[in-house]
Amino acid sequence: MSLEERKQQVIDDFSLYDEWLDKYAYLIDLGKNLAPFPEEQKTEDNQIKGCQSRVWLISELRDGCLYFQADSDAVITRGIISLLVGVYSGCTREEISADDFGFLEEIGLKENLSPTRANGLVSMVERIKEMAKNG
Amino acid sequence: MSVQALRAQFPILSRNVYGKPLVYLDNAASAQRPLSVVDLQRSLALEANGNIHRAVHALATEATSAFEDTRRSVQQFLHASAPEEIVFTSGATAAVNLLAFSFGEAFIHEGDEILVSVAEHHSNLVPWQLLCERKKAVLKVLDIHENGALRIETLQKSLSQHTKIVAISHISNVLGLINPVREIVRICHEKGIPVLVDGAQGVVHEAVDVQEMDCDFYVFSGHKLYAATGTGVLYGKRKWLDAMPPFMGGGEMIQSVKLSGSTFAPLPGKFEAGTQNFNGIPSLKPAIELVQAMRQDPEIQAEQQAIFDLVYRKLTEDARITLYGTDRAHKIPLFSFAVKGAHHEDLALILDKMGIALRSGQMCAEPLMDRLGVTGLLRASFAPYNTLEEAKYFAECLDKAIEMLV
Repeated sequence: MSLEERKQQVIDDFSLYDEWLDKYAYLIDLGKNLAPFPEEQKTEDNQIKGCQSRVWLISELRDGCLYFQADSDAVITRGIISLLVGVYSGCTREEISADDFGFLEEIGLKENLSPTRANGLVSMVERIKEMAKNG
Repeated sequence: MSVQALRAQFPILSRNVYGKPLVYLDNAASAQRPLSVVDLQRSLALEANGNIHRAVHALATEATSAFEDTRRSVQQFLHASAPEEIVFTSGATAAVNLLAFSFGEAFIHEGDEILVSVAEHHSNLVPWQLLCERKKAVLKVLDIHENGALRIETLQKSLSQHTKIVAISHISNVLGLINPVREIVRICHEKGIPVLVDGAQGVVHEAVDVQEMDCDFYVFSGHKLYAATGTGVLYGKRKWLDAMPPFMGGGEMIQSVKLSGSTFAPLPGKFEAGTQNFNGIPSLKPAIELVQAMRQDPEIQAEQQAIFDLVYRKLTEDARITLYGTDRAHKIPLFSFAVKGAHHEDLALILDKMGIALRSGQMCAEPLMDRLGVTGLLRASFAPYNTLEEAKYFAECLDKAIEMLV
């Protein structure tokens, strides 16, 4: 699937739920099923600041594409970051740099994008962009 | 007065969030404002907007009266011996910073000690850390028991000949426990050490008599007391305030300014530099009137007690939940807790979508979180306008949220 197709997939999945609580239940499900994260990578450097929960994100470059792994001690946050990992893993740096992350608004997570310290989605998006820029 | 009649004075309480009725349980962070407060601010802005203390014209005179009348209201509310002992600030944080700077300039030297507790809000901790850095002084810390109560029995030996001030909260914003401030003051005064009581939570829940408490300083914020945000009070005994230098310069804090030097206004003007919040400060008066009415109302008090009993039972009898601050005899309806296997942020996000506003995280008390061995907690803090129905709804929703997560 291309980046656009992966984003559309997430939008379609979210459109099944009208109620916020159902969206959260879906995110919790995603969070619980996120691939295990290597414990030794839970370092200060890999931690994203600005989140109420602790979030770790790492990336590696394979064949010109970035692949992300992430974890959090809060399960909804883990669900949100699993969306990001799923959508942006396999993208080239250029693809990520050119993306506006607008699909997060379409699925109704827009309000979580407010730059308050209570929610770290902005910090997660910033870190992914930073990784695309600096490798 | 019924709780419903009280709620009618707070229009925000009848709004919906995400299509559900708002249940506001973050009162310890900021309380809602009644119509009397909002109406006063509006009428002052529309009818009596003039800079206080300076001009001779009618608007300035009316604004000045509103401001100075409020000083007398606060004086009576705290039972201070004179209005000059009431200094207006922008909040409790500003009041502690003013004190730490000014008291520090006059009385703190290298090697001196300042004592706080491990349960202090950052606002009653960081200003003292900054002072210690400036003056090469030492910060000492009083610990708590497992039930959250202050280890008062260790106070005596925590004080030394170098201790210059003790800064302690009246009620912790996390544990919700009333500290034995009178006893603390008595012990400290035996050694001639002054005491600051941080009343940000205390003044909201307890009748405060600063002369009886005999504390040397008491601070609080208006916005937790149903008044406008950006308002606060530093009470200080005159003997201390007189001996302390100004914190900020400019505005009405002067007596005479010459290029060779300035002399300063008498109390309280010395500490009120710059244009004061003359729209916000007067709102303390109707807020205080409301607080006093609520305290004397048996119907409201009964509902508060019923809420306390229900929530305390729920949070202590449910095996999945750990409540912090369990010294029940000294507890106010402020409950910080952890749920096994569920992150506080997840719970807060889900409860928010059920209409319930509460606080999650470190609650500006990171050292206390470290002491308790948690990364954060969930906090429900009730005000007299909360109903027993809301408390029941909170307990039900908490169960649902836990089931979603665990």
